[in-house]
Amino acid sequence: MLKKRIIPCLDIRDGQVVKGVNFKQLRFAGDPVELAKRYVDEGADELVFLDISATNEKRKTLTKLVQRIAREVDIPFTVGGGIAMLADARAVIESGADKVSVNSAAVNRPDLINEIAQEFGNQCVVLAVDTKHQQGLDIVFTHGGTRPSSLHTETWVLEAVSRGAGEILLTSMDADGTKAGFDLRISKKISQLLSVPVIASGGAGRMEDFQTLFTQTMASAALAASIFHFGEVPIPELKKFLIKNNIPTRWI
Amino acid sequence: MIAIIQYNAGNATSVKNALDRLGYPAVITADPELIRSADQVIFPGVGEASTAMKYLRDRNLDQLLRSLKQPVLGICLGLQLMCRHTEEGDTTCLGIFDVGVKHFPATGIVPHMGWNSLVEPHGSLMAGINTGDDFYFVHSYHAEKAEATVAEANYLLPFSAALHRDNFYAVQFHPEKSAETGKKLLLNFLKLT
Repeated sequence: MLKKRIIPCLDIRDGQVVKGVNFKQLRFAGDPVELAKRYVDEGADELVFLDISATNEKRKTLTKLVQRIAREVDIPFTVGGGIAMLADARAVIESGADKVSVNSAAVNRPDLINEIAQEFGNQCVVLAVDTKHQQGLDIVFTHGGTRPSSLHTETWVLEAVSRGAGEILLTSMDADGTKAGFDLRISKKISQLLSVPVIASGGAGRMEDFQTLFTQTMASAALAASIFHFGEVPIPELKKFLIKNNIPTRWI
Repeated sequence: MIAIIQYNAGNATSVKNALDRLGYPAVITADPELIRSADQVIFPGVGEASTAMKYLRDRNLDQLLRSLKQPVLGICLGLQLMCRHTEEGDTTCLGIFDVGVKHFPATGIVPHMGWNSLVEPHGSLMAGINTGDDFYFVHSYHAEKAEATVAEANYLLPFSAALHRDNFYAVQFHPEKSAETGKKLLLNFLKLT
């Protein structure tokens, strides 16, 4: 049976992990590769690296980092943050990333999705969408969730899939940071609407939140950052809990 | 020496990285002499079938692949190209395995993406690998069940997760991205002579 995926997200700036990380018995210096390997050992199913520095000057640092990750990590990983052109996508994929995620740049110029999909295949293109519920509508935000766009979330994800997006990383800005659970309404709506996998993101606080997400929506995967980084929800315990509750989960 | 075939549908670097981690250096090459003289050959692949087959034919790599006598391992698209025919681009493939490749039913989420378990893995490639062991899959087309099937998986329907005939082996999943279980499978392959 296909398993539900648990995906830690690492924010990277200038080649270092941004948010503090607190593993038991591990002094962590901020090296993304060290953290990534730790997550692999704990049973993470995939990894997402978001480069939040992402200026032209910093891209070289990122490419080098992606090469190091690819050499050392033996599970699939996605790299995103500032992917604005086909050349940016090519640089990270050729450095060894399995997928790239695109966000604001694809809203500005949707052809970017077609271009990456045509060169590397749909399975390489993850569309990241930051969505917020406003006056009864779901609106796409860009630039790290700071700017509202004119797009409705349902319309945008459908268009993106028709252009070649192979997966949707759906972040609910309403739930993000609350630790009150995933946004079940939007996760359910979008995962039912689409024929490609949806990764739900934002709001995870407890192990039960993952169980609820996977029982009440068709989301294929769940992404979280701080609860994993700070050891609030250790991945092995989470997976044990999900297996006990009959959620198809990979156990290592 | 291990040769990883270089062509226009590559995850060759990921495969090379995986072999490096296991302490088996490999060369990525399209040189027929190097490929022919290799102890083992890996035929990887991520991409679209018809353009990949055209590329192989234009360079006579199709004939070369069929004529190899040492252990050959196809991965993902590599497996599909080693079959008889794929619905992707209505493409005639290498015909090493007398197996058809079909699109997944449109009723489900496609691609089949993520960790899925094998059913009844058997044979030397699958030594120490058991029903229920998970591997990482990403694909929209699947090889049908056949005599050459040495492991199945279930997604929307049962399909061939691995094939074997003579010196030819192939897996639909990505052992190079499948952590410990993937390592085990690659080491099994590298022991074959």
